[in-house]
Amino acid sequence: MNPVRVEHKLALNKYEVDREAHIRLKEEICRLCELRSCLHVCPAECYTLREGKVSYNHEGCLECGSCQISCGKEAIEWSYPRGGFGISFEYG
Amino acid sequence: MKEKFDAIVVGAGPAGCAAAYTLAKAGLEVLLVERGKFAGAKNMTGGVLYGPVLNNLFPDFWKDAPVERHISRQVITFLSERASLSIDFNSAGFDKPPYNGFTVLRAKFDRWFAQKVEQAGAVVITRIRVDDLLWDKEKVVGIVAGGDELLANVVIAADGVNSLLAQKAGLRRRLSPRDVNQGVKEVIKLPRETIEGRFNLADDNGAAIQFLGFCTKGVHGGGFLYTNKESLSLGVVVQLEALIKNSLRSVDLLEGFKAHSTVQELVKGGTTVEYSAHLVPAAGWSMMPRLYTDGLLVAGDAAALVLATGRALEGMNFALASGVAAAETVKRAKEKGDFGKETLSYYEKLLAESFVLQDLKRFKRAFQFLEIQRIYSTYPDLACSLAERVFRVDGNPKKKVWQLMREEMEGKVSIWQLIRDGISGGRTI
Repeated sequence: MNPVRVEHKLALNKYEVDREAHIRLKEEICRLCELRSCLHVCPAECYTLREGKVSYNHEGCLECGSCQISCGKEAIEWSYPRGGFGISFEYG
Repeated sequence: MKEKFDAIVVGAGPAGCAAAYTLAKAGLEVLLVERGKFAGAKNMTGGVLYGPVLNNLFPDFWKDAPVERHISRQVITFLSERASLSIDFNSAGFDKPPYNGFTVLRAKFDRWFAQKVEQAGAVVITRIRVDDLLWDKEKVVGIVAGGDELLANVVIAADGVNSLLAQKAGLRRRLSPRDVNQGVKEVIKLPRETIEGRFNLADDNGAAIQFLGFCTKGVHGGGFLYTNKESLSLGVVVQLEALIKNSLRSVDLLEGFKAHSTVQELVKGGTTVEYSAHLVPAAGWSMMPRLYTDGLLVAGDAAALVLATGRALEGMNFALASGVAAAETVKRAKEKGDFGKETLSYYEKLLAESFVLQDLKRFKRAFQFLEIQRIYSTYPDLACSLAERVFRVDGNPKKKVWQLMREEMEGKVSIWQLIRDGISGGRTI
């Protein structure tokens, strides 16, 4: 089996994407962070670096909660998506 | 829905379902609330479902429940970059009812369980996220969900490892990256016959393989492979703090693990059909929240009731046991007509009398032991390199095992350290 990129893995999953994001970044705190653990702890790679700033896309989120726990600055406001939305595992 | 329930259970995983089922069976008015499209939609496992508690609830459950395979073969594999050394345990004793453990796929299993809860007379609603607890002064009196307020004598928070409810109730501190392990997993489809042939399994027998070493690049964690009926569950579990400190990505570890020659052979020809991730509360006793307050009980992962000894990672069975204990507590409270702290303290008493708190307490030092880096790097490498030299025939005169061992250990670990770790492991896990 050849290495598979995360986006291809996520494409296998079933999602009901909520337009309302369940992740919020407090940008003024986030800007001061040098560690940026969110960039590598997120197993869905929801967080990316754009022009020196962390940006996020909640659509592929696997709802594990790692980002919020890892953020040393507590800059991530994370809750579950609204009922019925988000990831829906078929196997689990 | 304006009535008042005896109990509202939040989260339809094993803890929540066991609680709601037990209460409904006893004739109490129960509401089970689940945020997923269906029970199990948000859940995954990298573990084994051990049977005893479930078998009390549903005698011979394996005949009816959608379990995958009962585990008759248990393997521990040490991985170095290019080799592997396994301890392969097969037992006919694990191959007869009531069996020891089962592989499960949670989207199927939890869904089945929630149906049982409904059949027992509980109201089960899905697609509802519980946003908050409803308070009357110091007492929890219900939940807030989607702007609606629902009342109950008791709320049972079985809302998983991230338990927003336990946190909101002030029963738990913010989780730290040291408390939790992150698991990522792929479900890989393979034909039934291929699985049974490749893993040497008859009928519904299954294999559970735990990996140590290269699968986590030598950091705190491990790999797993479970056989399901027509798929494999393959994944890695790594302490979140180890990911942060070493700037590792679980998904890279998983890909490296999958590409290892030993694992490659096991998953060959398979098609990945799902990718999932979840956190596991792994710090046991030291991260346990307060388990109850006025009108509120916390069960399962939400209460960090997972036994992580390295020898086994046992969560579902603990979740089931805590769910049942929570239900027994509520039944008693209903009889007394009092749902205050003091009455609900019976929950902790029940857990303390059972394996749940006894195991967590007995193995509380396992967490420190499992933070020894050598378990994940030095020892798996050593096991493989020593085996390679023991089995190698290269035309030169051979050395005895003891001498090979001394040579392989040189500069990596002292014999005294090895003995100390061995004794400490034997004593703590």
